[in-house]
Amino acid sequence: MSHLSSDTLQRAKDLVALYPEPRSALIPICHLAQEQDGWLRPEAMEEVASLLGITPAEVRGTATFYDMLHTEPVGRYLVSICTNIACLLGGAQELLEHAEHSLGVRAGGTTPDGTITLEEAECLADCDRTPCVTVNHRYVGGLSAEGFDQLVDDLRAGRRSDEIPPHGTLVRVRRSGGLRVPRERVAAERAAMAEAQAARAAAAQAAQAAQGAQASKEQGA
Amino acid sequence: MPVTDAPRIVTARMAHDDSFTLERFLATGGYEGLRKALTMTPEAVAAEVDAASLLGRGGAGFPAGRKWSMLRKDPVTYLVVNGDESEPATFKDHLLVERDPHQLIEGVLIAAYALQVSQVFVYLRGEFALGLERVTGALNEAYEYGAVGADVFGSGFSVDVVVHPGAGAYICGEETALLESLEGKRGFPRIKPPFFPAVIGLYGQPTVVNNVETMSNLPWIVRNGGKAFAALGEGRSTGTRLFALSGHVRRPGTYEVEMVKTTFRDLVYAPVYGGGVPGDRAVKAIVPGGVSAPWFGPDKLDLPLGQDEVGNAGSMLGSGAITVMDDSTCMVRAAWRITKFFARESCGQCTPCREGSGWLERVLRRIEHGEGREEDLDLLLDVSDNIAPGLQWPPQQTTICVLGPSIPSSIHSGIEMFRGEFLLHVKEGRCPIG
Repeated sequence: MSHLSSDTLQRAKDLVALYPEPRSALIPICHLAQEQDGWLRPEAMEEVASLLGITPAEVRGTATFYDMLHTEPVGRYLVSICTNIACLLGGAQELLEHAEHSLGVRAGGTTPDGTITLEEAECLADCDRTPCVTVNHRYVGGLSAEGFDQLVDDLRAGRRSDEIPPHGTLVRVRRSGGLRVPRERVAAERAAMAEAQAARAAAAQAAQAAQGAQASKEQGA
Repeated sequence: MPVTDAPRIVTARMAHDDSFTLERFLATGGYEGLRKALTMTPEAVAAEVDAASLLGRGGAGFPAGRKWSMLRKDPVTYLVVNGDESEPATFKDHLLVERDPHQLIEGVLIAAYALQVSQVFVYLRGEFALGLERVTGALNEAYEYGAVGADVFGSGFSVDVVVHPGAGAYICGEETALLESLEGKRGFPRIKPPFFPAVIGLYGQPTVVNNVETMSNLPWIVRNGGKAFAALGEGRSTGTRLFALSGHVRRPGTYEVEMVKTTFRDLVYAPVYGGGVPGDRAVKAIVPGGVSAPWFGPDKLDLPLGQDEVGNAGSMLGSGAITVMDDSTCMVRAAWRITKFFARESCGQCTPCREGSGWLERVLRRIEHGEGREEDLDLLLDVSDNIAPGLQWPPQQTTICVLGPSIPSSIHSGIEMFRGEFLLHVKEGRCPIG
């Protein structure tokens, strides 16, 4: 019995087909596994490994390098507060302390009801709205302490579920266009273009030589 | 009015709420650059980019045209677009991918044609959830429109573009780490030589890696000619550039300005840009090009925003991220936070970076917490000197990639300008700022 659903598996296989080497699909497939489970379960990592022909240790070794791939359970909403330089200047440290106090968990922890995981993040590239907060990687703007509490109320009441899918769902738009262009076709086009390029270069050289001959003739005269 | 009357090259559509849609894109000259490029020879397209003298917008500022010409000798196999934007306080590519994804795709296709590449990967940082959705959606539309895929616009040129999400790692903005990540591995930078992407890149094949903003400039350059681009700016810094302005300014945001003709002061104080410092406080220091760059004091505000101008003054324009710190800022706290970032993001391959960043972070933390020791300032500079010998700019390389030698930037420039403030923290165990 496979742990990954047939839909997840099919999407994973479609991803593998996009790359010259299967392992390139590893990170995108880890995102899919998180979409299914909310985090990277060991059994999911094992299946991903066999799909890509690598060992579970290689999957885990890669996954643990990246902040967004979670090998421990995460709440339904991952609330990230950036405290890097621009946000620090905008009061992020104070907001993080407020968040820890009001949620009753330290950064890195999850509320007992499993709704919210709080994390202190590095720069999230939205530095004109500080302190920058994201929920499941959706920007929710620079927030005050009151704004933060309102956000948490909204999340708990499910009021922002349209805009913010559960943790793990990263990209809701699926690739529809463009299967890979056949390699033979590309090779043939390449060869034709190279031939044309060589012909152009030869023509340019011939023209230059003719010009040079003309110039020396004029000089001689 | 902007400081100069240079046209908007990459932000022209941003005034429209629907700037990311194919309809708006086509109504505002979209894909005309690509159509024009396809009527030219690939060499002629590359020559336009060469004539534009477009410097790469990722951080290193290497001329894009030269990067390409290094490859024209050998056929290029892959084009990889770097959209891993993670240098703290940089948020310009964020704007470009979310608000004008078709412009990025058009630029990518022009580059692919000029380089005769049939496979492109667009690597976007995983935290750009909306950006990933926008670019994926735009790419779906572009395939349908015939701008990408087999036989683009009936030209006989075929190309595939794949959007690849990262998963949260600053180091993957370094191009060889990005390639490792794209191969499904940890983002460990590769040693150069021999692993210059142009020689041994993705899957060991010759690869061009260009930044999102660099690509986004190409449609305009092809439509208007490289000369028109080179006529803007001055010296080596041609064209316009996006600057991400943050920190203590009234109007933080991303602004497209003409290079060299605009100064740091213009950007911070002009009403159309930063609009000045809140409460009319004084500027204490600025971070001129992302946290890897040494800080500048207010005496450098009149420097022009040009690559060489800033480089010669001892720092860098880097990723175009400018952070303003006013006189209420505790410089120890700022330096500590920046160093904590590097300690977290060091990939761990090289000892000076891995051990040095953590060591510096611990020393700064104890100074910030009132537990500093008399010898700590010298210790900070000594450890810094071990990571980047001589503490000059550009730094001497002791590690595989440039992350390591960037770590001491805020520390040595901070101590140089604010030694008294650092000492007060140590001696009195408190912050003089409050």
